[in-house]
Amino acid sequence: MSKKILPQLISAGALIFIAIFAQNLTPFDPYAQDLEGALAPPNSVNLLGTDRYGRDILSRIIIGSQTTILSALALLATISIVGSLIGAVCGFKGGKLDVFLMRLSDVFLAFPQMVFAIAAAGALGGGLFNAALALALIGWTKYARIARSLTLTIRKMPYIDAAKLAGTGSVGILFNHILPNIAGPILVTAALDIGSIIMELAGLSFLGLGAMPPTAEWGAMMNNGRSMLQTAPWVILSPGFAIFLTVAVFNLLGDKLRDVLDVKNKR
Amino acid sequence: MRKYIFSRLIQLVPILLGITFLTFGMMQFTADDAVDKIYEGSVSEEIKLAKRAELGLDKNFIIQYGNWLAGVLTGDMGRSFISGKLVFETFAEKLPATIELMLVSILLTIFIATPAGILAAVNQNKFPDYLIRALSFVGNSMPNFFVGLLLIYFLALKLNLLPIIGASVIMPALTLTISMGAKYTRQIRAVVLEELQKPYVMGARSRGVSEFTILTKSVLPSILVPVITLLALSIGSLLGGTAIVETIFMWDGVGKMAVDAILMRDYPLIQAYVVWMAIIYVVINLAADLLYHYIDPRVRYE
Repeated sequence: MSKKILPQLISAGALIFIAIFAQNLTPFDPYAQDLEGALAPPNSVNLLGTDRYGRDILSRIIIGSQTTILSALALLATISIVGSLIGAVCGFKGGKLDVFLMRLSDVFLAFPQMVFAIAAAGALGGGLFNAALALALIGWTKYARIARSLTLTIRKMPYIDAAKLAGTGSVGILFNHILPNIAGPILVTAALDIGSIIMELAGLSFLGLGAMPPTAEWGAMMNNGRSMLQTAPWVILSPGFAIFLTVAVFNLLGDKLRDVLDVKNKR
Repeated sequence: MRKYIFSRLIQLVPILLGITFLTFGMMQFTADDAVDKIYEGSVSEEIKLAKRAELGLDKNFIIQYGNWLAGVLTGDMGRSFISGKLVFETFAEKLPATIELMLVSILLTIFIATPAGILAAVNQNKFPDYLIRALSFVGNSMPNFFVGLLLIYFLALKLNLLPIIGASVIMPALTLTISMGAKYTRQIRAVVLEELQKPYVMGARSRGVSEFTILTKSVLPSILVPVITLLALSIGSLLGGTAIVETIFMWDGVGKMAVDAILMRDYPLIQAYVVWMAIIYVVINLAADLLYHYIDPRVRYE
């Protein structure tokens, strides 16, 4: 079973490798301007052409992978961990804290996600960090919900009672018995979420609410080239395909991971 | 039924309070001062203080929130910092364009994705299934702004098939349909597959009922409830999607209004947009919920 997921892991791993070592992989300086060579179509030197400042687009896409992929992964790690912790504590402890946090998540869930993110990113003043923060503010609720309902189903299991009788404290039970047992479904949810988080972050940057120029970020690169769709389509289409390929790779990984880990959906 | 509707409406009250409180609080959180924004720093402090008093900005947070909430309910949400027009009027004026865009996208999605999903399910693991699954995977992996730009590039600039900007609803609606339809097709396929495995289908087959009759008479009605659920859920991403798509296609709806307002820091407009989008979303979800209580007796008597 675990063998079948290897191609997906390798392709996603390759993308993450590119993102981490982006600085060493760019053929040219992604920020070096060369106005004489501006808007060159794809050629043997600049494989994907240049933008209006003469910057090499391939280099910018490679360096942009760092911004787009790594910030999406960092954001996802944060919301899935924080959200799951909140949900697990709510499910395990119950009481007023549970009621309060779940009503709070009800309110967040009542907003269309992107509407909230656009407004929050705008209110926070733009920038990549604020865009991520805006998505995090609403993103944690999903994980809290899942973790809570999973915790409720295992809370009364004999091994939890056994741990209590053995004198394990709440924190110990939470970290040693509850979280490891709910990790699988949460991991699958997170893996399936990577693609949409990347698209949402890039979308905010595309609207001018995320990464600011001259930072190379795929959504922002597409935004900067928007007026040149007719004259220099490569400026917009290349980062667009980069987003598409990345999201596709992570979606494939997420689908596969669900098939491998999720016993219920196994056919 | 009436009792159920009533209890659901009561449950809405705290949610709506939460929505309005969060929206209001979020905009208070910004560093920009509304009065500075209105005058752009060209007047004396006294005038600013007077304006603050006039707008009620010198009151404490809770009172300001109360005033604003009363405004939401009565349709008086102040004036735009930039245009000076009444916020609610501007919003109401632009809402029909967004609703038109959403309705066309939803209809397109239903008419394309439902047959596609059924076709894929009926031909499970054959060529049409693979093709439809591949297409919906591609659609699902493309952000809507990329889809929109690709459509402009190929349909309008390369093939000269469709007008780009402003005039026609087709291109922006198609953009939203591709993103939404991809998810939808996948789920319709899954729902139909599940339904086709049920004993009653086997029973009908063994009695010699044709596949077509099984599909149209039994399977189609039974997928109605999941379809409504899906639609209600996708309204959320559709409402968010309109902001991006309207901006690309210069479609003069509330989504483009909101993005413009954010770039200009026109907070009263943003507040109106966020709060009304959330209210619309909540109400649509409630309507969907009530609708399947009406359609599906199993839900009704639970």
